[in-house]
Amino acid sequence: MDITKLLSISLGAILVNNFILVQFLGICPFMGVSKKMDTAVGMGFAVIFVMGLASALCYPVNVLLMKLDLEYMQTVAFILVIAALVQFVEMFLKKSMPTLYEALGVYLPLITTNCAVLGVVLLNVQEGYNFIESVVYGITGGAGFLLAIVLFASIRERLQFSEPPKAFRGFPIALITAGLMALSFMGFSGLQVW
Amino acid sequence: MNILYALLLLGILGGVFGLVLAIASKVFEVKTDPRLAEILDALPGANCGGCGFPGCAGCAAAILAGKAPVNACPSCSGDKTARIAAVMGVEVKAVERRVAFVRCSGGDRAGHKFDRYVGLDDCVGAMKVSGNGTLDCAYGCLGLGTCVKACKFGAIRINEHGVAEVDRHKCTHCMQCAAACPRHVITDVPYSSDILVPCGNKDKGAVAKTHCAVSCIGCRLCEKNCPTGAIAVVDNVAVIDYKKCTSCGTCVTKCPRKLIVDIHNNGKVAPVVISQ
Repeated sequence: MDITKLLSISLGAILVNNFILVQFLGICPFMGVSKKMDTAVGMGFAVIFVMGLASALCYPVNVLLMKLDLEYMQTVAFILVIAALVQFVEMFLKKSMPTLYEALGVYLPLITTNCAVLGVVLLNVQEGYNFIESVVYGITGGAGFLLAIVLFASIRERLQFSEPPKAFRGFPIALITAGLMALSFMGFSGLQVW
Repeated sequence: MNILYALLLLGILGGVFGLVLAIASKVFEVKTDPRLAEILDALPGANCGGCGFPGCAGCAAAILAGKAPVNACPSCSGDKTARIAAVMGVEVKAVERRVAFVRCSGGDRAGHKFDRYVGLDDCVGAMKVSGNGTLDCAYGCLGLGTCVKACKFGAIRINEHGVAEVDRHKCTHCMQCAAACPRHVITDVPYSSDILVPCGNKDKGAVAKTHCAVSCIGCRLCEKNCPTGAIAVVDNVAVIDYKKCTSCGTCVTKCPRKLIVDIHNNGKVAPVVISQ
């Protein structure tokens, strides 16, 4: 086990290859639930939770697919796993942790169709990560999502008080802001842990 | 052969997950009261927070648990409350519908100690930078629309004089506007009320007169002339007791400031003629 590699994976997932602002995965919840800070934070933690769990669960499934020479089935199999996983987690939380379930609310089922979650498991395979590396990549990828959505939500809360030209009001100015944030995150490219 | 493996694998995976979910749905089953959905259905669903619970779901849960009365929702009219009462199996007494009312009609007819305000488009912001608002009058509406943003039902607008105005047909009496207003200029009146006093200036007459062209100066002419004793000057401003008011309109004609208005329940404050 190489700590440096794990650190490098984490740094990459949070900053250099941020899922939203650099890889442009999971844009819909990023735009959809970033109007208020508290919902954005809730969504962020839900994504961390599901991404970590999905990475862990998809690893053995991928091993099975490799054994049977069925790599081309990865996408379909992973979608199946993630959808089932989210459903299961939702039921489990509803029964055992109703407060957490209420806090996550509608965001948990929303994650089923979040491409960032499918992206993280496919990237795990692409990069050839082992089990621990996959889980770390999943969790830190979710942390990157949290970072991006919290930054964006704080900007959007301030945008409420600004007066852009009429044509830019609401969604257009939010999209431009997201684009500028993505530009600024390009500054992290090339950052490495030796 | 390969295609067979693919079929088998996905079939088995799907089957296993299906089975696990089916078992999980039994194991983790949470029994919810069917009445909850019915109550939630009867509530308006705007999550205005007027009831004091977190959203309509919170209000429905509180009603179901008996922690709140069936008419806890301030935005629900009679038939909706009746539906909830029917679900809960209790009777509810008819409550008179009330609506929010802005006790100010000054706006551009009021004196401004600051000619131009260019800060945040928000009354709270204006209050902070200008000391006590941009008006001479310490009680009037600043007209920057904090209440408009707070209204979930689109029932408040800033009218042509730059004063907040409630559309009483749309208003649901959630009173979120009153909570948002830093000037505390919004109160409530019965929906059936015809005669309104759109001023809340508690200054003495001479001061109130210099501050605004449509201010109540507390002259008591309305009080003296009211045949039913429904209107009285309290803290230098006329206040109507709607239990006694018969909407005769005497005060409207007697008011030397032409301040008191008779809206004839058409949801619009009639234009005020200024006699200056």
